[in-house]
Amino acid sequence: MSLLKDKKIIVIGDRDGIPGPAIDECLKSIGAEILFSSTECFV
Amino acid sequence: MNSVLKAASYVLVHAPDMVLQNGTTQTTEMVVNPDSEYLKTLPGHLRSYDQVVAYAPNQTYIGNMTPDELGQLAQPWTDKPVAGATRQGKYGEIMPQDEFLLLFQACDMFDLVHLERDFVARTRPAFDAHPLMDEYIKSRVMEGVDREQILRFVNEEGAEGIYHQGQLAGYIKRAHDVDVNLSAHVMMENMASKASAVLALKHLIRVSGVDAGQIDYVIECSEEACGDMNQRGGGNFAKSIAEIAGLSGATGCDVRGFCAAPAHALVSAASLVKSGTFKNVAVVAGGSTAKLGMNGKDHVRKGMQVLEDVLGGFAALISANDGINPEIDLGIVGRHTVGTGASPQAVITSLVLSPLEQAGMKIQDIDKYAAELQNPDITKPAGAGDVPLANFKMIGALAVKSGELARDGLNGFIAKHGMVGWAPTQGHIPSGAPYLGFARQDLLDGKIRKAMIVGKGSLFLGRMTNQFDGISFVLRANSGDDRKQREAIGKEEVRSMIAEALRAFAASLDV
Repeated sequence: MSLLKDKKIIVIGDRDGIPGPAIDECLKSIGAEILFSSTECFV
Repeated sequence: MNSVLKAASYVLVHAPDMVLQNGTTQTTEMVVNPDSEYLKTLPGHLRSYDQVVAYAPNQTYIGNMTPDELGQLAQPWTDKPVAGATRQGKYGEIMPQDEFLLLFQACDMFDLVHLERDFVARTRPAFDAHPLMDEYIKSRVMEGVDREQILRFVNEEGAEGIYHQGQLAGYIKRAHDVDVNLSAHVMMENMASKASAVLALKHLIRVSGVDAGQIDYVIECSEEACGDMNQRGGGNFAKSIAEIAGLSGATGCDVRGFCAAPAHALVSAASLVKSGTFKNVAVVAGGSTAKLGMNGKDHVRKGMQVLEDVLGGFAALISANDGINPEIDLGIVGRHTVGTGASPQAVITSLVLSPLEQAGMKIQDIDKYAAELQNPDITKPAGAGDVPLANFKMIGALAVKSGELARDGLNGFIAKHGMVGWAPTQGHIPSGAPYLGFARQDLLDGKIRKAMIVGKGSLFLGRMTNQFDGISFVLRANSGDDRKQREAIGKEEVRSMIAEALRAFAASLDV
């Protein structure tokens, strides 16, 4: 059972690391609920 | 016939007071936490002009050091000032803030910017002595106004203060009573971008040796938007910059694409020249006041100087093939499409591997890659890592994955085909563009045969799409085909002239 299953998640991706949509796909596959997702840029 | 990269220019503007007054990290802090420790301590972390000039990445940006020379210096570069560093560089300059404010005012066409009288008087001798400030620009600098007027407009009329050395040195008015798109804040941002772009364009004319009147199109590719409430990003920065820089024969337009905009603009320029629509296209971008001190909190927290204290600008001239300068090969254009996906591997595959495979080439056939060239001194302490290195690692990893490079050859690949980053984090400025000047020189000198410029952009920041973006192209040593063709045409013409003369002679014998 995943630690994040049925948990409500806010996703902040990093443009130079792992982007939001990629994190979303991983979380969805383990049954997490994504409330908000974005990718930010720090450069 | 491919177009050529005829010249590139680079400018920095030291803007310490704009860090404090206009950088969004600071302006946001002033709203949400006005008494914060960060705002109190920040001024003590700003660099002097001399420190900014002597900073090795800045010397590299204006062409006084090569990327290889910078790469030989151990990081961080903050404690290694360059001996004998100069304001002027092979490709441009580092302008001090006071002189820039006079240029800023000279770029104002709507009586919005007013500087303090004594400040103008003190700064004007240096400004007038600047070799690139022509009579037109100098004549646009006004005498200045009294301090009382400045205070009245800042305190009562919604004007934004313009500061120098912590003191009010002028103001910029709002250009409309209620339209936020013409607010003093937006006008400040746009005018700073315009003025730094003008400086880059003036340097481009200098380094290219091309007459300003010969440039017939300008593409501006910054990340600002000028317009009013009915057309918020209407543009056209390009023409406004060309006007001040004296390009009387030019029209132009703006190209936007976040940090990928310069690469999009360069591909567009190359296409316009290759098609014969225009002969000399200047691609230009000024700097961003919003990004000044963007990572300042991390820099201050770590006891560092705030390194995001310069506006950046660049310009490049794309011209018809002269048989000498490096060609922009439009046969190899990488593109991140809607269907590509956002993972770093998918992005680099679309921009690097796919276009090369389509051209029957391998990753190692490109001598040098220039992707995002942010200075790691700025990004590493802020937790964003070494961005150029991350790009080169991914390109090398794809070479390993495709079987053309052994796994243990990755570090060697990065050293040979990559480079350290030296550009300030000014958004669009670091994205491939800083290498253009060095690439042109290395291709002319025969040190390399091919270079790939990669632009990448974060479209999701505009909240219209979650899409990433990017475009890439290849610069290659001039094949000389154009010169051979012109010589061939010359011979053909000579034969034709001789034949014509002989026919005329024969006709005269008949009589």
